[in-house]
Amino acid sequence: MNINLTLFGQMVTFAIFVWFCMKFVWPVIIAAMEERQQKIADGLDAADRAMRDLEAAQDKATDQMKEAKQEAAGIVDQANKRANQIVDDAKQQAITEGDRLKVAAEAEIEQEVNRAKEELRASVAGLAIAGAEKVLEASIDDKANRALVDNLASQL
Amino acid sequence: MSGENPASTTEYIQHHLQNLVYGKLPGGFERHTENGTEVLAADTWTMAHGATEAAAMGFWAIHVDSMAWSIGLGIIFCWMFRRAAVRATTGVPTGVLNFVELVIEFIDSTVKDSFHGKNKMVAPLALTIFVWIFLMNLMDLLPVDLIPKVLMLAGVEYQKIVPSTDPNITMGMALGVFVLMLYYNIKIKGTGFIKELTMHPFNHWAFIPINLFMELVGLLAKPFSLGLRLFGNMYAGEMIFILIAMMFAAGAGTGLVTGGLNAQFFGDGTNGFFWLVIFAMVCGVCWMNLRGKISTGRTVLLTLGLLTVGGGVFALGGGLMQWGWAIFHILVITLQAFIFMVLTIVYLSMAHEEDH
Repeated sequence: MNINLTLFGQMVTFAIFVWFCMKFVWPVIIAAMEERQQKIADGLDAADRAMRDLEAAQDKATDQMKEAKQEAAGIVDQANKRANQIVDDAKQQAITEGDRLKVAAEAEIEQEVNRAKEELRASVAGLAIAGAEKVLEASIDDKANRALVDNLASQL
Repeated sequence: MSGENPASTTEYIQHHLQNLVYGKLPGGFERHTENGTEVLAADTWTMAHGATEAAAMGFWAIHVDSMAWSIGLGIIFCWMFRRAAVRATTGVPTGVLNFVELVIEFIDSTVKDSFHGKNKMVAPLALTIFVWIFLMNLMDLLPVDLIPKVLMLAGVEYQKIVPSTDPNITMGMALGVFVLMLYYNIKIKGTGFIKELTMHPFNHWAFIPINLFMELVGLLAKPFSLGLRLFGNMYAGEMIFILIAMMFAAGAGTGLVTGGLNAQFFGDGTNGFFWLVIFAMVCGVCWMNLRGKISTGRTVLLTLGLLTVGGGVFALGGGLMQWGWAIFHILVITLQAFIFMVLTIVYLSMAHEEDH
């Protein structure tokens, strides 16, 4: 357990190893570790950014979808409205057309009636003449004639 | 070297605590060699045979084993970390690189916690101290007798394989740290350092001698406590390994059979009565052979078995105790390496801070 030259031998050895470590070991490994740290940090950043981008894109897609839905709903509404309108229009038209046809039919009926009346009037004259002929042929019975003529007239 | 013989027990311990010393024997020294006593005519540089010669060498000697193991372990440290540094990539680290980065990360955070100045040397210094001291302490976990015995068979007389049980090694490192402390104190503070030594803790000119005395003691206590703490802890740990090894078969830590055989051939530290029992049993086996109860081949096998088991029982007991202490010692060696490193950082940090 003597203190001897070993003391200084160890001091020199110590110095050499520390120098070696300081020169060739520590900086190299620390640099590599720091670089890797940077790389990992960058990677995480990129991942975060990608996540945010994805979220933004999803939001955008959702918005667009909503818009499209709204638009579609609008179009459907419009189409419904238009269809109703068309049906209404058609109804209106049908009513109008019906009315028109009715008026025309009524006019025609009136015309027919008038024509029948005309024909009847024409035939009344003939009948009257024929009646008169008959009355003239037979004894003239005033009362009977009158009744006949009245009867004829009421038939008109 | 039986446990019942105090002289050989002392011899065993002393042998374990003796470094392999190369140094200068002074002229006129009486050297006891196999050929009798020889008086040296002039100063001689030689390998010391035994503690007396090592003591006679005084300061001009070097502990070859301590230096060799310490430099060897330092080279292992440098090689391992340099290899990791060369292979260091910014990609995914694997294998050794992972481990090295773990260590470096740990050192880096410790340094950043307690050192606030700007100095590129402190972190590599801390790394070197921590790993190197850890490796030196780790040698303590090798079975105490394994390497010395092997080297003894190869002709090397003494061997202490744990460099940190050598005060020269621990004090050498502590003094290295002390030199750095002084250097940075003077470099950073300049005259402020002298002021710190003289005007602290009593800020009055009349107290300068008292201040100087107190501060110098405080300053010198730092490297001494640093070096001696590590030495003391490792020395005590090594001592306990030696004592356990001596109580049982020396070299028992290597395991059952080897320990047993070791006890057979070297007979270190085993109980005489125990061996008497084994001897009686072996005699019994031989006697049965003579009476023709068992064959000769079986006799040889039984004898060998008895001897191995006899040694093995002791080896197992010793091995278990060595193992238990080794597990506890893992904590000690790591803690001591860590304490040395942290105190170095703290001392250097104090050298960098202007106001005390």
